[in-house]
Amino acid sequence: MNQRSSNLLDEALGLDQVIEPWPLRCRVVAIEDQVDTSGSFVLHHLLKRSLSPNSSNVAIFIAFSQPFSHYDRILRKLGCNLVSQRDNSRFFFFDMLKLQCPDGDEGITPEGGLIALYGKIHKTISALPEISWKNVSIIIDDLSLMEVAANGSSDYVLDFLHYCSTLTSEFDCSLITLNHEDIYSNEDRPTFLIQMEYLADILIKAEPLATGLATDVHGQLTVSNKGWNKVSNFHFKVKENVVECFYPGRSRG
Amino acid sequence: MAESICRALRDGALEGELAPALTIKDSVASPFALQVFSHVLSQLFSSILAGKSQSRGLVVVSFSRSPSFYLDLLKNKGTDIASSNKQIQILDCYSDPLGWKDQLAGSRNFTALSNEVLVSSTAIVFREVKHMDKLYNSIIELGKGLVGGGKIRFSIAIDSVDEMLRHAPVSSVARFLSNLRSHDQISSIFWLLHSDLHEARVTAVLEYLSSIVASLEPSHQLANGQRGDLENFSLIKHNSKKGKFHVRFKKRNGRVRVMSEEVHIELSGINFTSLPSEGAINQGLVPKVQFSLQLSEKERIDKANVVLPFEHQGNGKPIQIYDGRRSLVDGKHERPFAAVENVQTNENCGSGEIIYYRDSDDEMPDSDEDPDDDLDI
Repeated sequence: MNQRSSNLLDEALGLDQVIEPWPLRCRVVAIEDQVDTSGSFVLHHLLKRSLSPNSSNVAIFIAFSQPFSHYDRILRKLGCNLVSQRDNSRFFFFDMLKLQCPDGDEGITPEGGLIALYGKIHKTISALPEISWKNVSIIIDDLSLMEVAANGSSDYVLDFLHYCSTLTSEFDCSLITLNHEDIYSNEDRPTFLIQMEYLADILIKAEPLATGLATDVHGQLTVSNKGWNKVSNFHFKVKENVVECFYPGRSRG
Repeated sequence: MAESICRALRDGALEGELAPALTIKDSVASPFALQVFSHVLSQLFSSILAGKSQSRGLVVVSFSRSPSFYLDLLKNKGTDIASSNKQIQILDCYSDPLGWKDQLAGSRNFTALSNEVLVSSTAIVFREVKHMDKLYNSIIELGKGLVGGGKIRFSIAIDSVDEMLRHAPVSSVARFLSNLRSHDQISSIFWLLHSDLHEARVTAVLEYLSSIVASLEPSHQLANGQRGDLENFSLIKHNSKKGKFHVRFKKRNGRVRVMSEEVHIELSGINFTSLPSEGAINQGLVPKVQFSLQLSEKERIDKANVVLPFEHQGNGKPIQIYDGRRSLVDGKHERPFAAVENVQTNENCGSGEIIYYRDSDDEMPDSDEDPDDDLDI
């Protein structure tokens, strides 16, 4: 049931067929959401897919937003046990909630800050068998909080994201990020957001409907897949244990 | 038209003149600059290999893509990279632009991976992108390594200047590009720019430095801010595969030539076609409503035949157009003023008369033009 109901999102990303080797390998996936339509469910869905029991994929989760218990609780409802995945070395959780980059250094010293985080990710992937490298997903939740941790230095965060994207060509792994579009909406030129849109191979936007909020439809997803030269759009409804995706007018209520 | 760009880069620089410089710019609404850049790069490199261009080598300064992306691109176009590494070198500003790997290697176990070694015969890693002078020297050194010293020239491709502008002020980047253009061994230079990442003045600076500016625009402009509705989605879908390609050439004699084409993005690559006629474009943009906004041919003729009230005197005389001189008709009368006066006195009081002569036949009867526009007060 879970498999079928999220098929439109899986189809748009190529996850409806085999998931090993990981279809998103070598790709940067950027998720953008808004206050009215949180995109966290996409992150959780991709995490769940990457940790599917039919595969040996690995996920490295960089958490700036919530502690481990939060994701554990959500993924359990989706049918995935993060504790046992962590014990089996398939799930690596980097708790960044308390990260505060040293003032003024902007991470010049490798001991602190985002340079160290990059080093840690690189080391974690290198330690895995080479055959697993292309099945690794690096997931970051979320970029705006990373900016806060970096004392507002979006350049430093962009440098970090550049280095993370080099991992996708060095190891053939994938990088999945979440950011909030409306945080930058009062800027004339939301450079940080636009930089991510250029960096991303796949852009997933979660937006409200033009007609506003509704009980049967929580919002719409637009998936722009540059590699396939394809754009998809469909509606979604987030339920307790599953997310339903459907074309406009096909809500099951 | 894309062919004209490639030809300009192929022909290269004249003795004592700046090398031709091309800016390829796009925005998120039409993000095809990389495809155009890749197309130009592969065309130029083919010319270099065939000996048909002034330049004898190509240095690619790669910030946004790994060196293997460009090697694979050229391989897919049929180039044998292994034997052509004497004609192409990649300055790799992608893998470790700020030297983080070096720093980490100093403090903990950090090993470079074997695939970095595989491309090393064609790519050199550059770790100090904040230093424009060192970058300049590395590029020149790499180019001289390809073509030797003396008078033989090489070309440079930069992907992209956006990353350079993140690490250095616009004045340094402008000086860097200007110095490259002035170097007597540079045949041509081209770069990629995402215009929406920078202030307008930064884009303007780079355009002033270029002899050719190629810009990509969406086929259809989206309604401001509103992404939510289905009509906008179909425009988004359309814009993701097609766009407009405008090119502005600054000629040596000072003249500017502007050309436009349509660009299509396919999985196999990019295609350039001439723009469809204006009517076809406008037809697609007229909103679909239940009443007709266009005139049919009969309606147009009928409208042209309507004589407006102030255009005739009600006396059966033909409409006269004032051309600034006395008309031939008036000239036949010996005393034209008297004739006018006679008309006036004959009319007497009781009914007024508007005598109106159109300035020219070009003026449409219900034109919006203000007739006082040409007053010079």
